[in-house]
Amino acid sequence: MTPLLEVKNLCIELITREGVALVIDNLSFTLNAGETLSFVGESGCGKSMTALALMGLLPEKVGRVASGSIIFNDENLAQASNDRMRAIRGNDISMIFQEPMTSLNPVFTIGEQIAEVLRAHQALSRKAAWSQAIELLDAVRIPNAKGRVSDYPFQMSGGQRQRAMIAMALACRPKILIADEPTTALDVTVQAQIFDLLSDLQQQTGAAIILITHDMGAVAEMAERMIVMYAGRKAELGPVDQIIDRPRHPYTKGLIECVPHIQDDPSSERHNLVEVPGIVPSLREFGKDQCLFASRCPYVTETCLKSRPVAKQFKNDQSADCWHAEAL
Amino acid sequence: MISEILKVENLTVRFEVKRGGGWTKKSYLYAVDDVSFTVKKGKTLAIVGESGSGKTTAALAVARLVNAQSGSVLLDGQDILQKQSEDLRKIRQKVQFIFQDPYSSLNPRKRAEAIVREPLDSLSSKSTDEKAQIVDELFEAVGLRPEQKRLFPHQFSGGQRQRIGIARALATQPKLIICDEPVSALDVAVQAQILNLLHKLQKEFELTYLFISHDLGVVQHMSDSIAVMYMGKVVEFADRLSLFKNPQHPYTRALLSAVPTVNRTKRAEQKRILIPGDPPDPVNLPSGCRFANRCPIAKPVCNISEPKLESIANGHRTACHFVKATKSALHSLG
Repeated sequence: MTPLLEVKNLCIELITREGVALVIDNLSFTLNAGETLSFVGESGCGKSMTALALMGLLPEKVGRVASGSIIFNDENLAQASNDRMRAIRGNDISMIFQEPMTSLNPVFTIGEQIAEVLRAHQALSRKAAWSQAIELLDAVRIPNAKGRVSDYPFQMSGGQRQRAMIAMALACRPKILIADEPTTALDVTVQAQIFDLLSDLQQQTGAAIILITHDMGAVAEMAERMIVMYAGRKAELGPVDQIIDRPRHPYTKGLIECVPHIQDDPSSERHNLVEVPGIVPSLREFGKDQCLFASRCPYVTETCLKSRPVAKQFKNDQSADCWHAEAL
Repeated sequence: MISEILKVENLTVRFEVKRGGGWTKKSYLYAVDDVSFTVKKGKTLAIVGESGSGKTTAALAVARLVNAQSGSVLLDGQDILQKQSEDLRKIRQKVQFIFQDPYSSLNPRKRAEAIVREPLDSLSSKSTDEKAQIVDELFEAVGLRPEQKRLFPHQFSGGQRQRIGIARALATQPKLIICDEPVSALDVAVQAQILNLLHKLQKEFELTYLFISHDLGVVQHMSDSIAVMYMGKVVEFADRLSLFKNPQHPYTRALLSAVPTVNRTKRAEQKRILIPGDPPDPVNLPSGCRFANRCPIAKPVCNISEPKLESIANGHRTACHFVKATKSALHSLG
């Protein structure tokens, strides 16, 4: 089966005050139709940058795809023109953002914003687009969709705004939906509602979802495969359950263990959390020929400082970019 | 012997809300409504709840950073709400705050040492040398290097900034430290560093924490007892083991089941309790139970009378009509 999307050796450069930084460094992955793939990592590791590159939304004059390709429908999106990307965005690939308040236009009603997508991509009439907007709001479980369609974003709660965003993103039945931290700004009960909604809609429309998050729990619930990113590079890739059972990269291991997970039966003794000491290196360090996690890694050896680790492929579809992956 | 450092009784904070033009009637939003809890010396009480539940307002009222309408806040036996001017300044030394956002809670124009020294400057009468020594000790206690004293906030990472905020909170040797979402603005890997530091400091200095958070994993890790808040009310209060093993209020249960988990067997076994809809309008609260419109087990009675926080087991209290019913049913069974 050919994958829906194939990213090959993608490199993205950002121009910063201190020079050109390689913020995505030789990233390759595939996305199959209907699956959910999750990107995990701390902030500044390149998760959102990857998403923006897929959408052709890298910051103008600052970021660019330096090399590599993004193959979607036999077309290389990395070299597509702005007009072409415009036709694809919102139609074949669409995105929901973290902050529903700042990513909706405050001076247009929800209905107008959803209808705009339909009119732009599917050439629907005003009337037809409007009634479809109502249907979409209903599909994302906004009560009284007919009445709420002429609400402005400020009249809705955070959860409802995120639903409206989802309605907008799914309006043209895209093949790929990119969700960039879709629930980080929401309360946990609302997060549960949104995840439930996304899974249902995915089953109905068959869209593939790229879920960007820093929450391992969310990954475990939502995704089949995951990619752990660190300092612009892929640290680990593979099926979610396997990685959680046995992470092969020390960074993945740290990410899983450093979070206090809820236990049903907590003991009265409390242990310290496992720490990943230090922080993500600054952009200046990106792209060096060494393991960029070395400074925070408990397993660091000489080799890690001398050369960049190569991906170690395991039989179970898991792969980790670590010199010590086999020993872990 | 008073082992209770903090005793909050019937605390109510309301805000005036104006809707519509100047002639409309004033209405009130009860951000914290008749809330009571106690914290023992050297322990941590966590207040959990979603945004808008009143947890931060309750904490602000305890430190008297907002004024409460009624109730009392006894710190070491003294009512903070009754203190005025100089007495208030004195008692403020005993309550310090660690804020959520380490980016906006540090003055960008002050050096780290000046930030940490500030509570001493304004609340204590120590000499310059003494203060300098205290600052040195605080830097060491929170894991910052002495040469970082002269740096400005922007030269630190988020985690380091939160360490400065913690050092500042410790400066006056407070009896109570209020941590308002101290790690929610930090990256997951840095969260663990700060949580471990807070634990270490608690053991070292026998600190008492009032810990505000929406993250139940963090709460389970940090707290000794927990108050669950919903729409300004405490709906459940219990010690840590009891709350997580045996959650009673339907809201607490929904909250617990909503947290995504990496534990595969737990995920398979546990049916997620999805609570539909949004919380009610806080200005026009329903007359009955505030959770009734989202509650999976609500009955007509829930829309009529508001359940009171009642004890169901040793130290475990909850406000729900039906928890009580189950309990008395169990009693009649013998």
